[in-house]
Amino acid sequence: MSTTLFRTFQPNQFSLLGTSLLRRRRSNNFSVRSCGSQTTTTHEAKQSSPTRVAPKNHKSNKLDEILRDYEAVIGIETHVQLSTLTKAFCSCSNNYGSYPNISICPVCMGLPGALPVLNSKVVEFGVRLGLALNCDLSLKSKFDRKQYFYPDLPKGYQISQFDIPIASGGYVDLDIPLEFGGGHRRFGITRVHMEEDAGKLLHSDTGDYSQVDLNRAGVPLLEIVSEPDMRSGIEAAEYACEMQRIARYLGVSNGNMQEGSLRCDVNISIRPIGQAEFGTKVEIKNLNAFSAISRAIDFEISRQALLYNQGKADEIVTETRLWEEGAQKTVTMRKKEGLADYRYFPEPDLPEVILTKEYVDSIRASLPELPEAKRRRYEAMGLGMQDVLFLANDVSVAEYFDAVIGKGAEVKLAANWIMSDIAAYLKNEKLSINDIKLTPHELAELIAAIKDGTISGKIGKEILFELLAKGGTVKGMIKAKDLVQITDPVEIEKMVIQVVSENPKQLEQYRSGKTKLQGYFAGQVMKMSKGKANPGLLNKILLEKLNAKD
Amino acid sequence: MLSTLQPPRSLSLLPLRRFQISKTIVSAASSKTIDTSVISPPQSQILTTRRSLLSGETTAVEIAKSYLSRIRLTEPQLKCFLHVSENVLKDAQEIDQRIAKGEELGPLAGVLIGVKDNICTQGMPSTAASRILEHYRPPFDATAVKKIKELGGIVVGKTNMDEFGMGSTTEASAFQVTANPWDLSRVPGGSSGGSAAAVAARQCMVSLGSDTGGSVRQPASFCGVVGLKPTYGRVSRFGLMAYASSLDVIGCFGSTVADAGMLLHAISGYDRFDSTSSKQDVPEFQSQFLSVDQFGSKPLNGVKVGIIRETLEDGVDSGVRSATQEAASHLEALGCVLTEVSLPSFSLGLPAYYVIASSESSSNLSRYDGVRYGNQVMAEELNKLYECSRGEGFGGEVKMRILMGTYALSAGYYDAYYKRAQQVRTLIRKDFKAALEQNDILISPAAPSAAYKIGEKKDDPLAMYAGDIMTVNVNLAGLPAMVLPCGLVEGGPSGLPVGLQMIGAAFDEEKLLKVGHIFEQTLKGSSFVPPLLANVA
Repeated sequence: MSTTLFRTFQPNQFSLLGTSLLRRRRSNNFSVRSCGSQTTTTHEAKQSSPTRVAPKNHKSNKLDEILRDYEAVIGIETHVQLSTLTKAFCSCSNNYGSYPNISICPVCMGLPGALPVLNSKVVEFGVRLGLALNCDLSLKSKFDRKQYFYPDLPKGYQISQFDIPIASGGYVDLDIPLEFGGGHRRFGITRVHMEEDAGKLLHSDTGDYSQVDLNRAGVPLLEIVSEPDMRSGIEAAEYACEMQRIARYLGVSNGNMQEGSLRCDVNISIRPIGQAEFGTKVEIKNLNAFSAISRAIDFEISRQALLYNQGKADEIVTETRLWEEGAQKTVTMRKKEGLADYRYFPEPDLPEVILTKEYVDSIRASLPELPEAKRRRYEAMGLGMQDVLFLANDVSVAEYFDAVIGKGAEVKLAANWIMSDIAAYLKNEKLSINDIKLTPHELAELIAAIKDGTISGKIGKEILFELLAKGGTVKGMIKAKDLVQITDPVEIEKMVIQVVSENPKQLEQYRSGKTKLQGYFAGQVMKMSKGKANPGLLNKILLEKLNAKD
Repeated sequence: MLSTLQPPRSLSLLPLRRFQISKTIVSAASSKTIDTSVISPPQSQILTTRRSLLSGETTAVEIAKSYLSRIRLTEPQLKCFLHVSENVLKDAQEIDQRIAKGEELGPLAGVLIGVKDNICTQGMPSTAASRILEHYRPPFDATAVKKIKELGGIVVGKTNMDEFGMGSTTEASAFQVTANPWDLSRVPGGSSGGSAAAVAARQCMVSLGSDTGGSVRQPASFCGVVGLKPTYGRVSRFGLMAYASSLDVIGCFGSTVADAGMLLHAISGYDRFDSTSSKQDVPEFQSQFLSVDQFGSKPLNGVKVGIIRETLEDGVDSGVRSATQEAASHLEALGCVLTEVSLPSFSLGLPAYYVIASSESSSNLSRYDGVRYGNQVMAEELNKLYECSRGEGFGGEVKMRILMGTYALSAGYYDAYYKRAQQVRTLIRKDFKAALEQNDILISPAAPSAAYKIGEKKDDPLAMYAGDIMTVNVNLAGLPAMVLPCGLVEGGPSGLPVGLQMIGAAFDEEKLLKVGHIFEQTLKGSSFVPPLLANVA
């Protein structure tokens, strides 16, 4: 579940509207962080690759001016697919492969006479997420039927929660990365409710028939509805990112957007700044990456602002639009004619969901430290915001880091090792931090060995890669390879004298002013010491010898 | 106008030639004293079967053959079954083999059981009498059926019903209309009309039905058999094709209270596949079924019986009313303390029931969309596929209820209909609770009339709905109730049976069975066997 990746930053500037040749107002807002993405997913790598810089043109300034007059109001509905062992209302495996209709039974197929039975893990996960989002929990909630016909919906209704969700009235805190302007934000959470997923339709290439795969039908979801608190694509993407982070911290979902384990639908309207009432709301679907959320919103803001500006505000209609990744634009999917009537009513096949205070308290007590708490703690430890966001981004990395400093390693040094050499190694090897053989304890040992001068930093880096790949102990490796740093000036002096005496030509050149050759001598001495000579001492003694008048 | 008639007598379940149908008409009202010397009280077919199998008097195969031959003889007129199992004799042979090997026999060993067609039977057609499920064979047994099979019961076949349980006559079956064994021109009631008529005609010993608003009790009354609707949650609904989930229960038919009770015992209990099933203990009902000679002079001494005033008012046939009053007198003679009780919310039940049942059914029947199973009409376009599959698959009554339910749940109408109906439901529960705190059981007629003619109410749905007035409130309150024959009224070749409804407190089926059994065993001339069987013989 916790395939680990590090936060990377991809600045990408791009043209918004192919036809209108528009650009977004603040250039730093073009950047989208691909966060928590999976290294192995080539799809996302492609999506978040830098996009060509749009040619500057005179119209861009005009759009910037237009955009200055409007404010976007954005809310997000997030569907989190839960990583329970079995489906929400039957005992079918929730871990199905790619072959269609292998994880189905009379219940999730909606056969006559089959009845749903609630998987208690779904409630547990709902409570966990509700608490993590600072919500009030309904000690007595219920399920309702949301009714509509579609071939991927076997019963003709989705079991969901309507008027009494399991959790409501919460909020989420997050930090906007510095490169996007920085700052702390709090976004309201309207509600969290439990429901079941639908199946999937597979359309034939010719388009003359479709097939239904019900493996996903009945898979548990938590839907998180935000307050309309976000104002930009970046804020929305950061919100979605935090939802993924929280889901992964809690272990309720793998949060993988490409697989559809985390799905975001965005509701967006704009209004002239100063206007109290909301504009016409448009829903955007098919947002499969955080970058897509950000870009789709920025596109939509421009589209709507232009329509306003051209006096065509009535062309902004209540509709569902699709984000087209290829074209980098949103297009109409369906216009809504009035509100859909789902004819919700209480699900008579399931009893009410009753939570006791003790149950809620026990879950509260079992919650891990959440991203926001971690970030604040790391910040208090003196780490810069960039480090804080990096380390807290991935729960496995954060846990690793916590374990390293738990073993007494210096905070800043531990952070540097993880963020630089280890991160690079993981990236190259396409591994998660959980895959490496280097235990947090040994990393702490390594840091200590360098700090106390037992080995040089250079040697440290060398053995790091062996430890990462093969494991073992720092002490054992130092001993086996005889890597203890030479700090005895007499011993170093001996080697310096030998090297100097063996290179008379270079010495002469040095003394005639080619002082750059000091590096050459230092290298020779280091080579002779097999890299073990203390570099400070070496250079001090070397200088003395080189400059000595004999 | 109608007098209560003495029922014809029958002596034993087997063989047929021993049935003696008497047409002597004697007013039951004249015989208040308990006198069982003239006619032996009805015998439990389940216990009789067990005794004869264990004693070696007969074999399961012989018994099965005799029932199958009766089915062959009577079925062309009655049309109780939509499907008769091909495995009856094979199943019976297995029972005989077990007996031969001296293996232990389940309590239902060799018992021939009819199963309503909306209850899933693995590999056997289960269509809820709907075209939309024509030829559908479920891959699993309903929990109730599974339990029956585990206890040795043999499923004879699938009984006819009103499509998806929506109706009171079996005329709404997509396939056939079942006739009442007491008068072939009359309906057997519904929706479990096939199950009731099959037991009445001794085509099977007992049967399963389902009761959403009276669908077990009203046909029991029309066919002169015992119909037992258990407390909501007593029997798992898993495998029962849902009509109205919050009202549906699987119920039992038998020719005696003991048979209905023993069948109920077999299928009761918590089921992890139905989260609305109850974890309440299931008592051993059988201890209630004493033989007549074990009764004292006042076997029901002190049992408090409330007769529901609102059920004997206008709109109830006078014959039904007097039969009910005579039944009450009989209970008094047995020692019961009779009082009249009033349920102020009584008349609100019918409209509330039709709103709730239609609403839930509109949702429950959404799954019949022609996509995964059942009737599919190929179409160029998705909505057409739905339209045609459902349009051709569902009958008129079902469509009407889906429309009503869809309307009642629509935005803007929900509060006025569904929510209001739920409020009424709460009132009805409260009134029943109060009445049952004062009384052990409540009694009423099972239906406002005896069986009526086929076609009589077919085009007047409101008149037909009105016939459910005695029974729907019990479903709204989730209570157990039993209907048992208490008398005959004029009509048909030898009178038409009338049922008495007994309503108990939640999960107190035991008391209903006790009172019902004693009532039945002491009712003067109490063998309710339809005249059809004499013709067959």
